[in-house]
Order: sequence, then C-alpha cells, then structure tokens
Amino acid sequence: MTASIRPPVSACPACAAAPAAQALAEVPKDAHIVLSLPTIHCAACMATVERALKGAPGVHSARVNLTMKRVSIEADADVTAQDVIPVVEAAGYEAHELDSTALSATQTDRAGRDLLMRLAVAGFASMNVMLLSIAVWSGAEGATRDLFHWISALIVLPAVAFSAQPFFRNAWTALRARHLNMDVPISLAILLAVGTSLWETSLSGEHAYFDAAIALTFFLLTGRYLDHRTRSVARSAAEELAALEVPRAWRVTGTGEEQVSVAELRVGDLIRVRPGGRMPVDGEIVEGTSELDRSLLTGETLPVLAEPGRTVSAGEVNLTGPLTVRATAVGRDTSLHRMADLVAIAESGRSRYTALADRAAKLYAPGVHILAALSFVGWYLYAGDLRVALNIAAAVLIITCPCALGLAVPAVTTAASGRLFRKGLLIKDATALERLAQVDTVVFDKTGTLTAGTPVLTNLDALSPEESRVALALAMGSSHPLSRALVEAAQAAGIRPETVEAIREVPGYGAEGRWQGQVVRLGRASWVGGQDLAQTAAWLRIAEDAPRALTFTDRLRDGAEVAVAALRDAGLRVILMSGDTAPAVEAMATRLGITQWLAEALPADKASRIAQMSAEGAHVLMVGDGLNDTAALRAAHASISPASALDAARVASDIVLLGSSLAPIPDALRTARKARKRITENFTIASWYNVIAVPLAVAGLCSPLIAALAMSISSITVSLNALRVR
Amino acid sequence: MNILTYLIPISLVLGGLGLVFFVFTIRSNQYDDPEGDARRILSGEYDDRPKQD
Repeated sequence: MTASIRPPVSACPACAAAPAAQALAEVPKDAHIVLSLPTIHCAACMATVERALKGAPGVHSARVNLTMKRVSIEADADVTAQDVIPVVEAAGYEAHELDSTALSATQTDRAGRDLLMRLAVAGFASMNVMLLSIAVWSGAEGATRDLFHWISALIVLPAVAFSAQPFFRNAWTALRARHLNMDVPISLAILLAVGTSLWETSLSGEHAYFDAAIALTFFLLTGRYLDHRTRSVARSAAEELAALEVPRAWRVTGTGEEQVSVAELRVGDLIRVRPGGRMPVDGEIVEGTSELDRSLLTGETLPVLAEPGRTVSAGEVNLTGPLTVRATAVGRDTSLHRMADLVAIAESGRSRYTALADRAAKLYAPGVHILAALSFVGWYLYAGDLRVALNIAAAVLIITCPCALGLAVPAVTTAASGRLFRKGLLIKDATALERLAQVDTVVFDKTGTLTAGTPVLTNLDALSPEESRVALALAMGSSHPLSRALVEAAQAAGIRPETVEAIREVPGYGAEGRWQGQVVRLGRASWVGGQDLAQTAAWLRIAEDAPRALTFTDRLRDGAEVAVAALRDAGLRVILMSGDTAPAVEAMATRLGITQWLAEALPADKASRIAQMSAEGAHVLMVGDGLNDTAALRAAHASISPASALDAARVASDIVLLGSSLAPIPDALRTARKARKRITENFTIASWYNVIAVPLAVAGLCSPLIAALAMSISSITVSLNALRVR
Repeated sequence: MNILTYLIPISLVLGGLGLVFFVFTIRSNQYDDPEGDARRILSGEYDDRPKQD
C-alpha cells in the first residue's frame, strides 16, 4: 500500500523552474498492479510468489500482504495484470486482478489509523493514571492524594478530549436526530466522570474517577477498532475484486484499433471483442459471426449464435470469432447496470434485520439513563447534598456503561471473521454472521455456482475410434470451450488425432476439414445436420454419414458435492433454482441428491420464491453468481457469491467466496452459529456484572477501585470468551 | 516524598516515549500486514545480509 501514499511524481514545485526535472517527470509512470491471492497461507507461499514475480520481465518489485491475501506489484508501464497473472498461476496460486484505481484501501485505512492513534493515546493515559490511582487506593492521603488527582486530571483531560471524540460525535448526531444510541450513555458517563472528579479534586475530595473515565474510553475504543478492522479488510477486498469486470476495450478507429478504458467508450463507437472477451457495452453486431455465452446473465448454458444485426448485452462472453459491435448504450445505461440498479432499489433481506447489538442498545440506553437519574434524585432527596448525589449518579453511569457490551459483538465477529477469512470467505456485512446463524434453507443457483462454467464431454465412448480421432483433429484447431473439453477428454483417453487437411473454423458454426477426400464437420446442429437437443451438444459428420451427437455437461465446481451433502446432513433444506432448461437442472439435482428444484426460473421468479419462503418463516441463504440471481441474493436473509461472480452479484451478497471451492460454506454456517452463541453468552456475562455491581453503585458503596475492577474483569472475560470461536 | 518530583516526570516521559514510538510505527505502515510480517521472519532470504534497496 505504500505506493498509494507516495506523492505523485509531477507534484514537485521546482518542476516549473527546471525543464530538466520536468523531462524526468514525464517518464511514463510505473504500472501498479494489485492481485488477490485467495489460496496463499504460509511463509513459503509468500517467498515463492515474490520470487516468481521478480523473475518476470518488466517487474520491479512485488510484495505479498498475507493479512489481506494480496500482492502489490510495481512494474514497467506496459506490463498489465494479464501478463503477471499467468506467472503467479504457474507458481501454483490462484490470482485475480484487483482494480487498483478503485482502491479505497487508503481511505478506509486512514479511518483505521485514526482510531488506532486515539486508542494509543487512551492506552498511554490510562496506564499512567492507573499507576497514580493505585497509589491513592493503597492509602495516599492529604496533599499527596490531591497532587496525584491533579496530575491524573492533567493527563486525562487532553487524552479524553482527543480519544473520546468518536463517541462524542456519534452521540451528538444521535441526539440531534432525537434518538438514543449506545454512544449517548457512553459520552455522558465519560463527561460526568471527568466533571465530578474535577469538582471533587478541587474540594480535596477522597474519590476521583479519572482512571475510570479513561479506561472506559480505552476499552470501548478497542471494541470500535476491532469492529472497524474486520470490516475494512473484508469490504475493501470485496469491492475491489475486479476479476470479471472489463476495465479495457478495443475501440476501432479510422487508422486501426486502440485500447481504451471502458469508461471512455461512447454511444456509436465501434468496439472489437475478441474470442474469450466480455461485451463491455450494449450494442448491435456489425461484423463477424460467433457464439455468445449468456450464462452469467440468464443461467442458460447453451451458447447462442451471434451474427450481424443481432443485439448483444454487456456481460455476455464472445466464444469463437472476433466481433465488431456498435455501442448503443454504455456505462451506467447498459442493461446490465440498469438491472443491477433496479435490484438495488428493491428491499433487501438485510434491511429487515436489526443487529443484536442495536437491539441490546435499544433496551439498554434508556434503562441506564433512568437508573442514573433515579439514583441522583433519590440521593438528593435523602441526603440533601448535591455533591453526594452527583457522585453516586456518576458511579452508576460508569458501572453500567456498556464496556463489556461494546466489546461483546466486535470481539466475537473479529475472531469468527478471521477464522472464516483463513478458509477463504470474506464477510462483507457487519450483521452477516448473525443472520447466517439463523439460516435453515439454502438455495443454490446452478450455472456458475454449483458448476464451474466449463463443459465436460460425457459420451466419448459412443463414437467409433475412427470418429473420435477425426473429431479430435477438428477440435484441436479451435479455442471454443466445447472443443477444448473434447480435446481434453480425448487426450485423457489416449486418442491420437487423424490427419485432417484444410481445417478452417467457421466462427459461430464450427470447424470443417477434408479427411481421406471427404468433407468432415464438427459444430452446431443446424450447420452439421443434427437436431437440437435439450442439453449442450456438438455434432460430428463424416461425409454423408448420419451425424453423431457429442453431449456435454457442466463440470461441477470443487467441493459442490461435499458442501451439499454436509448441508443436508446438518438438517438444512437444500433447493436448486436455475434459469437453465428442466432436463439439465434435473440431472444436476439428481447428481447432487437435491430433491427440490426449480428450472427455467426468471430472475423475478427466484426472488419471489425466496420472498414467499421468507414469508412462511424460513430463513433463506442464497448462493448465486449471475445477474439473474442478484434480486434473489438481496431478497434472501443471507447471501453468498463466488469470487467469479458478476460484480453486481458480489455487491448484493453478504459473503464472498475467495477460492474456487464451495466446501467452506457448511463451515461458514457452523462458525456463524458458534459466533451467535458466543455473542449471547457475552451479553449474559455483561448483564450479570451489572446485576452485581449496580446495586452497590446505587447504594453509594462503589469506590473507584470497585468500578475499575468490575470494568476490567467484565471486558477481559468477554474478550476471552470470544476467542473460543476460533 | 521528594523522590516523587523525580519519579513522576520520569514515568510520564517514559510512557510518552512509548507513545511516540507507537505513533512512529503507525506512520510507517508497520501494521498493514501483521500476519505476513510474523511469517516473513521464518524465510531464509536476507539471513546473511540485509535486503539491498
């Protein structure tokens, strides 16, 4: 991250005066590439990746950050992520590009650093004040006690003014909006403790709560910082995962082609999309024929034919031939973005959920104020002394102040998210774990979620040896996914290609060649002469023989079987919902042992089914990756999407799977349940401390020593309990 | 009790030094990758001489 903090090269004031320096400054800026490495986990991994990258041409330096599972690379200006990803993959690690221009890490980091600084000041002050307080508690008298109190005040006043600012600010915002949050009693307790202690000290009183005020700030800031850290690590990584976004496109100009950023494209531009590339815009094909994979948008696995005159949508993948597209909508106007925006407006499952901490605060905040006010009034009427009454009210506020409550949730979520992050799961939303713990129904999308999106040949043995050799020869020249699956299967079976001459690929249709003087074809049903099947198929015809069908099925994603089996064993209802055809969905459901499935589901169908189930009282976890799942992801109680998912789907979901395996999902549910249990336990512990200490405080028996002990012990117990999640 | 006039300033100065060092470590990005730094010490690289910048 160091590079993003460095001032830009051109920002030197002397440049204007020194032409030589300016010439130097115009040297093209180095490329700064950030990759996400979901599978990295050890010292040897870091060394391997760094060594591999440093050996790559044009790379100046590479540094792995194991905490965030990333590597930042400084390289020559012409080096792109596409050049370095294969290097990392060759070293044996999965890598995805992160959009370094969108890196909000510096910004979130600044907030974290700010909190850490306040935490450090509070820690320093509380240690020193505690030192002085111990002297007072062990019997310092008269002038010495007053001196120690005054020194404490001198340390605490500026420290609190600086460190407790986040609480004061939040409390002020809440009060202005005319409601109570946890920060209101916190701020009141800190201010009242400092205020009464100052008054006491000026009257040479016996009790001063300076140590309590600053220790309170320290413990609560610890909770805040843990909370911030957990969330910022996850949030920044999830947001910047640009694995499938198309940051660059090739624009056709009068003189040739130029590479531009997608943001620069305008309506009417001609854009060249190469095979394997994703459509950056909505548009109309003006040149070329090919096939399009629309699975990310609709869930269909069958590729569609693309020819001049057809319209295309952003997000579709071009499979075979180069296409030239005239843009009709760009950027936020593409159907992809419009659909994503529509989804964003829809009510989300998570907005209906109130976090446990907020629920506790709603009960707690008014209770604390009433209790403190009552004891103040009670003691004033009974003793008739404002000083005594105020002191006791302050003691009540300090004792009840939600120190342990403030740590109860963040300590557990930090421990749990840390554990899940090591398993390759990013928790994006603060309440995701709490909601995940309630899940009783899991809905899976098929294409791209349960399947890896790469086809596998299923009926190689249905072909004669001769036919398979010819098919292999035809397939070897093509980069179409079906051809590659055929080549892979045939080579695994030890088949050698026949010599087929004059092979040419007809984009959008298939491949054709001459074998022993006869025309041989491999490709689409309509072109070869077969009939359309319900499942993905390619056809092979040798001369005038009857065409033979080669059928394909989608490869299961790693861990899909394990995950589904584990979820069913845990007693959860597992449902499969897909936009694909019924036979394909049924086959997948039987393969995984899923009894409930829904085929040919439109995006709205998925969302409404989930809404219906929620209305019946079920807590649904949706696992999906495509645009057609986005509405469902938001409607569900909790949601997970794989890293390969569409940007909009990742944004809509609470948790992102960083690796390619689905196996961590059951584990996530287990950890979430455990975490929720710990949170409730923590609330119970915190309440018990109050039940014991509050009567003491109200009765006026709570000395600063008891207050300090109660506060520290409850906070430490709660933190230790949280560690049991690991 | 005169000893306090030395001891209290000394304890404050020592604590303050700790705080200053902590601020320095924050400023120089030493908490960006705690896990990685903990593991890096195990690597055999730069054992014989420090890394050349």
